[in-house]
Amino acid sequence: MKGLKFFFFHMRKNPLSIAGLVLITIFAIIAVFAPLIAPTPEGQFNSYLIPRDGYSQTPKPPSDEHIFGTTQGQYDIFYGVIWGTRTAFQIGIIVMGAVLLIGIFLGSIAGYFGGIVDEIIMRITDIFLAFPPLILAMAVTVALGPGIQSVMTAIIIVSWPSYARVIRGDILAIREEDYVEASRSVGSSHLRVILRHVLPNSIYPIFIMASLDIGAVVLTAAALSFLGLGVPEGYADWGQMISFARNWIVGTPSNAFAYWHTVWIPGLFIFFFVMGWNLLGDSLRDILDPRLARR
Amino acid sequence: MQKLVEMKGVTVNFYTYEGVVQALNNLDLDIYQGETLGLVGETGCGKTMAALAILRLIIPPGKIDSGKIDYCTVGGQTIDLLSLTENEIRDIRGSQISMVFQEPSAALNPVYTIGDQITETIILHRNRELARNAQAKVDKLLAEDNNRLSILIRPLRLIQKSIYSTIANDPFAFAPKLVGRIPIVRRLLWRIDDEALLIASSLLKEVEIADPSRVLKQHPHQMSGGMKQRVVIAMALACCTRLLIADEPTTSLDVTIQAQILELIKKLKREIQTSILYITHDLAVAAEICDRVGVMYSGSICELAEVTEVYQKPLHPYTKALMAAVPKPGKELSAISGFVPDPLNLPPGCRFHPRCDAAKKVCREKQPALIEINPKHFVACHLFTGDELGKTS
Amino acid sequence: MEKLVEIRDLKTLFPILRGLFRQHVGDVRAVDGITLSIESKQWMGLVGESGCGKTTLGKTILRILKPTSGHIYLDISTQIKEEIDELEKTKPNSKAYKEIRAKYDLATFAGNKLKNLRKKMQLVYQDPFTSLDPRMKIKDTLLEPIAVHGLLKGQAAKERVGEVMEMVGLSQKQLPRYPHQFSGGQRQRIAIARALVTNPQFVVFDEPTSALDVSVQAQILILLEKLKQEHNLTYLYITHDLSVAETVCDSIAVMYLGKIVEMGNPSDIFKKPRHPYSRALVLSTPIADPTRKRGRLVLPGEVPSPANPPPGCRFHPRCDRATDECKTDEPPLLSEEGLRRVACFHPVE
Repeated sequence: MKGLKFFFFHMRKNPLSIAGLVLITIFAIIAVFAPLIAPTPEGQFNSYLIPRDGYSQTPKPPSDEHIFGTTQGQYDIFYGVIWGTRTAFQIGIIVMGAVLLIGIFLGSIAGYFGGIVDEIIMRITDIFLAFPPLILAMAVTVALGPGIQSVMTAIIIVSWPSYARVIRGDILAIREEDYVEASRSVGSSHLRVILRHVLPNSIYPIFIMASLDIGAVVLTAAALSFLGLGVPEGYADWGQMISFARNWIVGTPSNAFAYWHTVWIPGLFIFFFVMGWNLLGDSLRDILDPRLARR
Repeated sequence: MQKLVEMKGVTVNFYTYEGVVQALNNLDLDIYQGETLGLVGETGCGKTMAALAILRLIIPPGKIDSGKIDYCTVGGQTIDLLSLTENEIRDIRGSQISMVFQEPSAALNPVYTIGDQITETIILHRNRELARNAQAKVDKLLAEDNNRLSILIRPLRLIQKSIYSTIANDPFAFAPKLVGRIPIVRRLLWRIDDEALLIASSLLKEVEIADPSRVLKQHPHQMSGGMKQRVVIAMALACCTRLLIADEPTTSLDVTIQAQILELIKKLKREIQTSILYITHDLAVAAEICDRVGVMYSGSICELAEVTEVYQKPLHPYTKALMAAVPKPGKELSAISGFVPDPLNLPPGCRFHPRCDAAKKVCREKQPALIEINPKHFVACHLFTGDELGKTS
Repeated sequence: MEKLVEIRDLKTLFPILRGLFRQHVGDVRAVDGITLSIESKQWMGLVGESGCGKTTLGKTILRILKPTSGHIYLDISTQIKEEIDELEKTKPNSKAYKEIRAKYDLATFAGNKLKNLRKKMQLVYQDPFTSLDPRMKIKDTLLEPIAVHGLLKGQAAKERVGEVMEMVGLSQKQLPRYPHQFSGGQRQRIAIARALVTNPQFVVFDEPTSALDVSVQAQILILLEKLKQEHNLTYLYITHDLSVAETVCDSIAVMYLGKIVEMGNPSDIFKKPRHPYSRALVLSTPIADPTRKRGRLVLPGEVPSPANPPPGCRFHPRCDRATDECKTDEPPLLSEEGLRRVACFHPVE
């Protein structure tokens, strides 16, 4: 109960954190109710393929039929951004989950045992960190072929080293604490100490980092899709939708914003999604850190 | 003896998200000139708060909600420390009232040398004197004007002389401050730093540090705990302090080093005759070094008297219980039942009544005031008011 | 009285590695040849200042740290100890020696043998604020030793945890709480409860009350006495506070820079200290009585670094009775009347 009281006190002082929570909740609702909000047309098996209304290359502005208009190739933007929310959550959560698993596993072994194990693992992370992340992701995506799985694998490969490092650093500090030694002196095995004492105490900064990074992951996936690598054509993915808008950023000579909807609508979805996670991560950090200090 | 500091009804509250925590509860305390007053109590009783209140170092969410702290200045007039502006209190901090903290390694900045840190406070408060000394030296050099080198440097020396005389007349003048901000030109003020270092060196000798010139160039991490505490005491006494507040200065030190520091403090007491407010939870140390002792519990004083009175004839139930809990060779140990009250959930009336064997009905209702029961022996307890007044225990 | 714990010539050295290739340039001689025995149900005090190695000694005896050399025995008969000593002198490299040591000498234990040992010997840490996992409920902290050793299961385990809480004077209702919800004194009680959960024979206390107030300290000391009587425990109580040691201990050992300098009865040591360092400690300890002014002995200088101890008697640079002999030879710990032992060439009369 005390924690909840602290939570609301903090929220009152910092309205932006409520904004973050609200944004993510809205997106979550959209993702969950996607089939109701933008129903898949009859007979289409894969809901993630955006329905096409014709084959004309010119985007059409918003109308009664297509609430957000259509993009190049007559893909319905409304359907695309709604189901794209699902894709974004998928990518964000699966990638983050895998990165956390790998990073925590390798980082805690390196931090807890030290010595040569630490050296080896750190050198491996050095190798991965030596490459510019986007370039490496591109290379992996090309190597693995198109598809959403290769996008996710690429981003996982690129992101795990920083997490391993961060958790290693935290564990180096926690390892020296009295209660860890006390647990060993009671007779606990290394595994028990790591799982029950070291990790629970060092994992909070990682979660904060992860929530801040989900936005970055989605952006990287969008970048890869924008470049044409990754998801197949017509897949409901925000990055892909912006990639379709590539040629329509500047409209006709008479009306520069003739095709604004192709760029802005997916763009705004990405913007608010990333910002929501960032605000949430910030407020999580504010809530968790001073609380630890206060205790 | 004249009163140096008189705290009357000081109340400090902390406004936290969990509620209002009262750190000081109507505190009354007097410190006379030249005496060593001990403030003893357990964790959370508010003794450090009392010291911070005198120096106005309490920061939000803490607030001094009421009370007066009368202080007798050098000139003899009495001012209320709580009514001074920030600039005025800064003038007093470090020069007239200074503080020594518990952890010397936390009180010293690890990136600056000892010399830098001691001279910081000397330059801040004794600027005039330093400038006068520097000016005298420059005058002497200007008078011996014989060789070519001195003729070349003459203009520089004249500039120095004018700067120093300006500072000597008005330490807060604008021109020298401006000079101090410009790099390279700032080097003209080197004599002031030099003078300050001389004073620092003599201060280190006062606190019995051998080889002060070497120590001045060292950094805190190169020194042991005992030496660091001596340096901190030297810093506190740099500017003719009238009141030295020592907040558990020997708690973090070994027993033999603590003995050295206590002897040093006794020696300084004899030589400089400054008043000391010695805060500690160690009753044995207080017995050794204090003239009078005030026992605090949960934000206010419960007993205040001469040191022998407090230790041999304690009146307040808490003092008595505390004395019984101190391990003394050959004596049976006994503990005080119960726990220190939760600051968010204080008992009504006398704060000690839930743990007191002799609690009466009135103790649950009203907080006792600090009354002089015997000459110079103050107690805040309902057992000693009414018809018990005048009786000794 | 039976000797429960005995250590012979125990040394714990920490290597100092310097340079690019981490060369072994020296050692921090934290525990440098200590021979000590603690009788069953005895409350032994280990007194010394910071840096003298007392915490290292406590942790080495419990095998939290591995000793560099020496013998540690827990509840072993004198006969076997003599046998090991014989073999060490005559055939130190023989298989028989190694075998017998592996069976009885705690200094050589490893793996499962070491784990089983943990049930019988426990440590209570100095700082109650860091010795309990802040993210574990008290209930789980206390269940851990039981789970690790598989002593009890399910309901029986929960009952034991409740039992141990009551033993240290806390209510069972507080079990689902977290450490930060307790005061320092209460946390230390929980640490004591954790040490007692597996029903040990021997408990080492590392300055358990130095972070606590006087009245709380008194409560804890009274509790420890009660627990010792009720459960037949043997204590090694590490402290820097001579007054506390004098009040509660049955026997005191004074440590300086990795060695024991004096041992004996607390009141004897307090009233008539023989070693110059013990005398300095006794005279430096303030007493809560303003009428009793102690002697004017203030020990000059500082404790030398254990990485570079002075040659000969370690205390000679600060000793006012030091002679040439003290600068070259180390005085042995000699027995005097009764249980009194002093390591000095010129003890105080």
